[in-house]
Amino acid sequence: MEISREEVLHVAKLARLALTEEEVERFRGQLSAILEAVGKVSELDLEGVPPTSHPLDLVNVLAEDEPAPSLAREDALANAPDPEDGFFGVPP
Amino acid sequence: MTQWEAVVGLEIHVQLKTRTKMFCRCETGFGAPPNTHTCPVCLAHPGALPVPNRKAVEWTIRLGLALGSEIAERAVFARKNYFYPDNPKGYQISQYDQPLCVGGSLAVPGVEPFEIGFVRAHLEEDAAKTVHVGGGTGRKIGAERSLIDFNRGGTPLVEIVAQPDIRSAEQAERFLQLLRQTIVALGISDARMEEGTLRCDANVSVRPAGSDELRTRWELKNMNSFRYIGRGIDAAVRAQVALYESGEEVEQHTYDYEPETDTLTPHRSKEEADDYRYFAEPDLVPVEPAAALVERLRADLPLLPADAIRARAEALGVEDAWALVTTDRDPAYLGLVAGGVSEREAYNFTMNQSIPAGADLGELVKVAKAAKELTREALSGAVAASADAGFSADAYLGQRAVSDTGELEPLVDAVLAAHPGQVEAYRGGKDGLLGFFVGQVMKETGGRANPKVVNELLREKLAS
Amino acid sequence: MIDTLRLTAEEANDLLTRGEASSRELFDAYRAAIDERDGELRCFLRLCDDVGERIPIALKDVIGTKGVETTAGSKILAGYVPVYDSTVAARVKARGLSLLGKTNTDEFAMGSSTENSAFGPSRNPWDPTRVPGGSGGGSAAAVAAGLAPWALGSDTGGSIKQPSALCGNVGLRPTYGTVSRYGIVAFASSLDQVGPVTKTVRDNAFLYSVVSGRDPADSTTVDVPPVELPEGEDLKGLRVGVPVEMRDAPGIEPGVADAVARAVALCEELGAEVEECSLPRSVEYGLPCYYLIAPAEASSNLARYDGVRYGFRAAGDELTAVYERTRDEGFGDEPKRRIMLGTYALSAGYYDAYYGKAQQVRTMIIREHGEVFERFDLIVSATSPTVAFPIGARADDPLAMYASDLLTIPSCVAGLPGLSIPCGLSEGLPVGLQLIGPQLAENTLFRAGHALERALEFDYVPERLR
Ligand SMILES: [Mg+2]
Ligand SMILES: [Zn+2]
Repeated sequence: MEISREEVLHVAKLARLALTEEEVERFRGQLSAILEAVGKVSELDLEGVPPTSHPLDLVNVLAEDEPAPSLAREDALANAPDPEDGFFGVPP
Repeated sequence: MTQWEAVVGLEIHVQLKTRTKMFCRCETGFGAPPNTHTCPVCLAHPGALPVPNRKAVEWTIRLGLALGSEIAERAVFARKNYFYPDNPKGYQISQYDQPLCVGGSLAVPGVEPFEIGFVRAHLEEDAAKTVHVGGGTGRKIGAERSLIDFNRGGTPLVEIVAQPDIRSAEQAERFLQLLRQTIVALGISDARMEEGTLRCDANVSVRPAGSDELRTRWELKNMNSFRYIGRGIDAAVRAQVALYESGEEVEQHTYDYEPETDTLTPHRSKEEADDYRYFAEPDLVPVEPAAALVERLRADLPLLPADAIRARAEALGVEDAWALVTTDRDPAYLGLVAGGVSEREAYNFTMNQSIPAGADLGELVKVAKAAKELTREALSGAVAASADAGFSADAYLGQRAVSDTGELEPLVDAVLAAHPGQVEAYRGGKDGLLGFFVGQVMKETGGRANPKVVNELLREKLAS
Repeated sequence: MIDTLRLTAEEANDLLTRGEASSRELFDAYRAAIDERDGELRCFLRLCDDVGERIPIALKDVIGTKGVETTAGSKILAGYVPVYDSTVAARVKARGLSLLGKTNTDEFAMGSSTENSAFGPSRNPWDPTRVPGGSGGGSAAAVAAGLAPWALGSDTGGSIKQPSALCGNVGLRPTYGTVSRYGIVAFASSLDQVGPVTKTVRDNAFLYSVVSGRDPADSTTVDVPPVELPEGEDLKGLRVGVPVEMRDAPGIEPGVADAVARAVALCEELGAEVEECSLPRSVEYGLPCYYLIAPAEASSNLARYDGVRYGFRAAGDELTAVYERTRDEGFGDEPKRRIMLGTYALSAGYYDAYYGKAQQVRTMIIREHGEVFERFDLIVSATSPTVAFPIGARADDPLAMYASDLLTIPSCVAGLPGLSIPCGLSEGLPVGLQLIGPQLAENTLFRAGHALERALEFDYVPERLR
């Protein structure tokens, strides 16, 4: 399973990772090897086997619509890299 | 020459008016100072986990039942992955291949009735609010930037996807009016476009009339009233027809409708094609609505606006029935009719008066019956007071009406003395000014004067 | 002075109860041990000073602690101070336990050696040139070296069991859903579980009783049967299975195989019925299944690290560029690799072949284990195919590193509880024995683990520190 340079760049774009040239090449090799290994799952004939997205058989875990205290705004913004006037600031 | 028809599908987002957010118990925070309704969950702090709001789930089922949808035996929350500052987790919790409500339709009454089908209705969470600021207007940095307020982030949102059954801008507007009224009647949302509690995107394509093909469509966003949605659709239809008629193709695009210029402008597009990488949300377990719950919710449904319109149409005609119901006047109307006011009179009365919420309908019946004998001021005064504690029509209309000429005569004299110019004009032949004088006396008495007596007095004085 | 090297949590607690030591004296004794040995071992990323009423505890740095920096071993969370406590942190605090500090971990718990920590690797107290295992190597090494009486770790594919094995500790990865994940920096939501790392099985059972149980803040938690502190010394009536594919798996070191075989023989001596069993597809496809599901969930769980609300943000004046640089500079290689792998596995055109298929394999693995547990109360194997390996030995080969978890992964994928106890030495380094039970069978694991622990008489103090 050889993954192309374009695929690495596409995935990096989707994942918002600005890879360096060196990283693109290194990850291309490593991801190819890993995909080769994990691609083993496609050997299996699993016709009719349902997918498991969760190891527990729980359903209907819901909370009542009763308010609980929110954070004080200082706490909400305490870790913000760039707070401004009670908002979180980001570049445009 | 080809005849073209529009093919329009609408996607509607409705913000539920639960007390708390969809996946945390922060109070929903419309209008609060920024970032005062947040917690680790809705700020997506490391380790925070969602817990779904039971009421939001039940209200979505309630909506689905009202729209004739099938309620899923098993609904699954899914992650929709994309990066944006208003989407703090980097994914929105939504529903994908297993939504809560599937199918259904809304029959829209009218002179030309039509029916719009639904693909699905699912539950998800709203994004935060982003304010774009800057451009060197004396701000501390001066640079352009965005400020984010997470108060709205995580508010429950129902996304309703309609089938592309709409064939004109008028149908779109009418369908939305009725859908909105249905949501309001269910008590699950204020559904106000101007406040953003109801939002609507339209997918528009055209095709030769009568064909059943589906051509490339445009997506229209950011239209903030039903009227603009209609105008946006019209603009898209015009532009697409023009393209086809000049031999060109229509390419898939997303546009914003600009009401000032009545034009479509390209929507700020994301850099790469959407690939949301949906998968079942592993932090949540499925919802399997019990049959008993669904039946209880079904039994709790109010009279739905579409049914109310059809019921009132027998007496009023479908357009008046539509006007009555889509302006929230049906309950007052029904109260008056139940009290013995004729349907037409009840209609006129409710449409001409703004009856307050919680009005005493029994007493209002008496007001309506006496309506003809009252001035407009006296009438609206009584209607306005009809929700006050201890309101009594008799007291308001009878005892408070001043018919005593001894009490009214000085007021009439004073009004005439204060308006010598109008008196002269009246005597010079401007009969219409009588109403003006009546109005002035009414104003002096706070609408309490008996208009018949005032009329007589005025004629008498002006003739002399 | 209190000798923290040998002191179990139970003994420390007894000292306190009998009035022979104060909570302050205990705390100071562990701090002294940290001062003495952590310069070399580097178990702790940061230390705390608040002394509670009872004995101290160390928490892996993926466990969110209000007011105490929590980085998950990542530069992207450097300086992040939680404004809330994780449920497990709140539960241990409510019992009066004092927080000694936050222990080192592979970045976002992704790794098997702690070499992926942005803050440098921890070292194995048995041999500081070797890794302590991972991702929870800091917690395991701290407990083994007497720097904490016990600790909490988190386990996605072996991050409690494997380092416990490599450091000679007892580590429990509980049944999925029995311990709240609320406030735990997420790696892979359907696999992550918090669990205790201790010197003895009784300590382990006790700490599990403190942290386990339904949490309204975590929708995926369940009620747990009352925890029984084990006392018995036999295994009478227990049916023990030995999965041949796990016994004979390639890459198991002979010394490891021997120690495990002796422990299996001991099970029989203690009265258990021991028989071979088979988990062919779980062992063959467990690793590929895990390395699709875990990265897929991780790619989504790590999307929140965007530099907007907390943590590291790279400089820049355009949104997308800032996102991309923040994440490229903030994440180390292993998270990036897994984010890319998971993004790929979920992306349009590949979902069915990779993620969808892996979810079906997961069903298959659950069913295969279910069949085995119709015949057995528990199954046993080595925890890790090898003893602690030298620092750097697998650092440049992700697949070799991933193979460290070959034996721990299948039961993690199935959501089952697993206990690792030390069962001997190979080349002077500890070997771990893994006991796996059906869902919610923690009491069975504690009972068997305790009886074996008594019979094995393993000395958990590293030879070089005795
Ligand atoms: Mg939506
Ligand atoms: Zn919140």
